[in-house]
Amino acid sequence: MNLDFSQIVPYIPFMLKGIWVTLKFVIFSISIGLLLGTILALCKITKLSFLKWLADAYTSIFRGTPLILQLMIIYYAVPQLIGYDISAFLSAVLAFGLNSSAYVSEIIRAGILAVDRGQVEAAQALGVPYQKMMVHIILPQALKNILPALMNEFITLTKESAIVSVIGYLDLMRRAEIVGAKIYRNFEPLLFAGIIYWVMVFILTQIGKRIERRMRQSD
Amino acid sequence: MIKVEQLVKKFGENTVLKQISTTIKQGEVVAIIGPSGSGKSTFLRCLNLLEQPTSGDIWLKGKKITDPKTNKLAMREHIGMVFQHFNLFPHMTVLDNVTYAPQKVKNISKADAEETAYKLLDKVGLTDKANTYPNKLSGGQKQRVAIARALAMNPEVMLFDEPTSALDPEMVKEVLDVMKDLADSGMTMVVVTHEMNFAKEVADQILFLDDGKLIEKGDPETFFTNPQTDRAKDFLDKVLS
Repeated sequence: MNLDFSQIVPYIPFMLKGIWVTLKFVIFSISIGLLLGTILALCKITKLSFLKWLADAYTSIFRGTPLILQLMIIYYAVPQLIGYDISAFLSAVLAFGLNSSAYVSEIIRAGILAVDRGQVEAAQALGVPYQKMMVHIILPQALKNILPALMNEFITLTKESAIVSVIGYLDLMRRAEIVGAKIYRNFEPLLFAGIIYWVMVFILTQIGKRIERRMRQSD
Repeated sequence: MIKVEQLVKKFGENTVLKQISTTIKQGEVVAIIGPSGSGKSTFLRCLNLLEQPTSGDIWLKGKKITDPKTNKLAMREHIGMVFQHFNLFPHMTVLDNVTYAPQKVKNISKADAEETAYKLLDKVGLTDKANTYPNKLSGGQKQRVAIARALAMNPEVMLFDEPTSALDPEMVKEVLDVMKDLADSGMTMVVVTHEMNFAKEVADQILFLDDGKLIEKGDPETFFTNPQTDRAKDFLDKVLS
């Protein structure tokens, strides 16, 4: 067995810095995904056929093409088109955020449709305007039901964020590769990165469980 | 108070309400009875435009609410509604259920809304449940909360859509008692019900619907002892035996 973990010790601070780099754009991407996903979901359930069509087309495109392709188009191809030299960070946030919102919108749509029709009627009968009804009555109930599915989506996003290494963004994955190339040993840095990804997802899962428990208070 | 003229409601090809006209006076309790599928609930739901009538007009206090320009939300503030399946907001406590609409729709302060809510909860006998979530309540308690929630908006008319049909038999009385008190206090009420005794004792006017048509209307005394139509006789024979 050719294993020597002492070799990566000098590079551990370098790799640990990747945690924050990864987290930074994952947090931004999740926020965009949630916000845009909610808006898209609301478009999908309106009676306005144009908005519905737009949201469906959006979902179809971002779900129907590989994430890595979207990332490379945003990072390499868009500058060619508009002449703006987009940063790796912004490309990553955009690609993951836009991609995630397509999936999130479907989850939220399903969650809204699963809320009992009587809730809408009760709100309408009390004279509650649409926007307040959505924010205070429908979405909180939808969110409770879809929380596990949303957590799944965010866990996937956190792990798949490793794809950004292809555009040279110095995330955790990219740093592990660099260290591997430097010391001519790949197993140790990759295993190290793997453990960190696992820990991040573990923490995310715990946060999700805590939120779920709080939301189940009314049961 | 409410005037309905030539009300027609179609769902696709299916005509559910056929030319219904009637008036409901201030302070009157109207019981709508009839077999299942006769259009009772649809009629009730047209009164606050939860269902949009296909044709015909409805006036509320002299205002034509079927006018397309009507602000439905503003109109509904004056009409409380109680549903068969309660439709309480499950993620809010009993108190929040009752105070939500006054605060968010009428912009009443939290303190004032809670003061009113406690008075209403006292009226329906549920003050001790103020901080409980609906899932912890029995059906009868849920329906009483739903009545308090509707009353919190200080409506001028209350609509009840089969308020006791989803309840266990032993809980029907507690809800009907609350409704009786409400009727005694002079509230204008329109009640779709299968509770014939309630209709007999509390209602001022009976509307008997069958197959989307208003077959018979009149005071309960006459209706229950001496129905004018064969259809009503037949119905009463079946439900009162």
